[in-house]
Amino acid sequence: MDKFTVHTGTAVPLRRSNVDTDQIIPAVYLKRVTKTGFADGLFNAWRADPDFVLNNPAYSGASVLIAGPEFGTGSSREHAVWALRDWGFRAVISPRFGDIFRGNALKDGLLPVELEQPAVEALWDAVEADPTLAVTVDLEAREVRAGANVWAFPLDDFSRWRLLEGLDDISLTLRHEAAVTAFEERRPQWKPAVI
Amino acid sequence: MLGEAPRTLSEKVWDAHVVRSAEGEPDLLYIDLHLLHEVTSPQAFDGLRMAGRQVRRPDLTLATEDHNTPTDNLITIADPISRTQIETLRKNCAEFGVRLHSLGHAQQGIVHVIGPQLGVTQPGMTIVCGDSHTATHGAFGSIAFGIGTSEVEHVLATQTLPQHKPKTMAVNVTGELPAGVTAKDLILALIAKLGTGGGRGHIVEYRGPAIEKLSMEGRMTISNMSIEWGAKAGLIAPDETTFAYLKGREYAPKGDDWDRAVEYWRSLRTDEGATFDTEVTIDASSITPFVTWGTNPGQGVPLDAVVPDPESFEADVERTAARKALEYMDLKPGTALRDIGVDVVFLGSCTNGRIEDLRAAAEVLRGRKVADGVRMMVVPGSAAVRAAAEEEGLHEVFTAAGAEWRFAGCSMCLGMNPDTLKPGQRSASTSNRNFEGRQGRGGRTHLVSPPVAAATAITGRLAAPADLS
Ligand code: SF4
Repeated sequence: MDKFTVHTGTAVPLRRSNVDTDQIIPAVYLKRVTKTGFADGLFNAWRADPDFVLNNPAYSGASVLIAGPEFGTGSSREHAVWALRDWGFRAVISPRFGDIFRGNALKDGLLPVELEQPAVEALWDAVEADPTLAVTVDLEAREVRAGANVWAFPLDDFSRWRLLEGLDDISLTLRHEAAVTAFEERRPQWKPAVI
Repeated sequence: MLGEAPRTLSEKVWDAHVVRSAEGEPDLLYIDLHLLHEVTSPQAFDGLRMAGRQVRRPDLTLATEDHNTPTDNLITIADPISRTQIETLRKNCAEFGVRLHSLGHAQQGIVHVIGPQLGVTQPGMTIVCGDSHTATHGAFGSIAFGIGTSEVEHVLATQTLPQHKPKTMAVNVTGELPAGVTAKDLILALIAKLGTGGGRGHIVEYRGPAIEKLSMEGRMTISNMSIEWGAKAGLIAPDETTFAYLKGREYAPKGDDWDRAVEYWRSLRTDEGATFDTEVTIDASSITPFVTWGTNPGQGVPLDAVVPDPESFEADVERTAARKALEYMDLKPGTALRDIGVDVVFLGSCTNGRIEDLRAAAEVLRGRKVADGVRMMVVPGSAAVRAAAEEEGLHEVFTAAGAEWRFAGCSMCLGMNPDTLKPGQRSASTSNRNFEGRQGRGGRTHLVSPPVAAATAITGRLAAPADLS
């Protein structure tokens, strides 16, 4: 996994709540069997509208997405995270994320940053007033900085450590393989098996 | 301490699966059953291959084809990209020794329908799948939740998952559902009340007399939609209804094992005196047929109501969301829900594609006709549901009414296979998501129960069976 320490970039204000993963990437784009090449599917239906914020050239090259509450609810599709990464996003800021999306993002080096609604609104206003505003997402300090403002965000120590180090979960778990084997020996034999 | 302090159902199941726990780290949970389908697994198998890893427990892994499959035939997948995805699953399952129920197999079907029907979904298990509606299996008293593709790879490689322990929530459903009101109405009403984020960070237990009275099919409908209000998982305590459903199924324990298993399953019920981090109560007796008007499952009202005025919402974000939803849905505030005409009625999905759902709809349709200009699709949740329905003659009721009787699959639940809404078309759908474009780009979805779907097909407008003469 890519490491995440501190990222600074410009940001896109997405003034919508309940941005479900079907909006982030519609199902027709999920047929690919690779992990890349999903950028064309990102917000595909909304991008058909010329006024959609991602179509605004002022925000081209932005790498931080600022969205309303309940971002990434719905379908478990990790393709939503891959598409955001392919497009160039490194962090998403929202008051609340769908659980599965949040977990997926943490696995793929896309930082889900939870800020309270007033902070999100302040960021929306600031970025709309100045699309070139640099927004810094600092995982080491667990804070977002923009202009003179600083907001702290929560993230558990373990997830933070994994991201800072760019660690892969499977290798971490395989360090405990003996414990897994011991657990398997204790499992009741009547539990179902399909082979 | 374990075994001493009173614990909830989900805590007992969780504790029984902890392989390793360490301060400041997520628990490492053992996974009893890993379900796979073609959409969220290819990149996970690729990851295994690249790292030179095997599937640790193919015997605890089961794959099916459901999302991309056509429902008008069992042979041809016309779209080449869909076909490649299915063929990739077939190749991966063959290479890694995973059992697969392919299109045409007697046990093919929607991943969340086949687990219970085979009896491989049992109480007290941990069940995962790269699919958010995995919560369905919680109806048996299992911790079942959806995961992303990275986690699919993790489970394939290790049969475990690192998980932070969620908080617990009780949803107490008091009273009794009135006649003609279904589990679907109950869960839609609950989501409207608590919001799409209401369950976030919690494993929920649905309990109380109204839940206990539900059949397994009804319970699965409830647990299925846990994710639609943000819950990690939604459990229902196993009881006699659960045991009766499981007994004799292909993978249910047999003989002495059955007795041992039942004894264990009985011990899983939430202890007297156990506490939940959050408790909510909803009165089932006040619920009436419920439908959605907007573009998330929380935007629902009783069928008797009118489309709400966005300005009536308190929070700014909700007002904006309602305005956008009405624009997308092409609806005006104050319109009676019963005045909304539909083009398509979809009966199916992992929410309402089981035999009881088909029976409920067939009962309404028997001797009646689907309205002119309305297309009704009946898509059984699995090949076995289809066969059972045919045995009962339900397919004849549907076709006599003018509905289409199709093969099993996800079908119009999501716009990934040939069954989609056309732009601007409006559906009454027994599925679980009314997101923009979910059933096809530009399509407009109203979520409904099977009896409401059937009545709507007959009148051509959102309706309940009681509205039919
Ligand atoms: S029926 Fe719908 S919700 Fe269920 S698994 Fe298929 S696509 Fe997902």
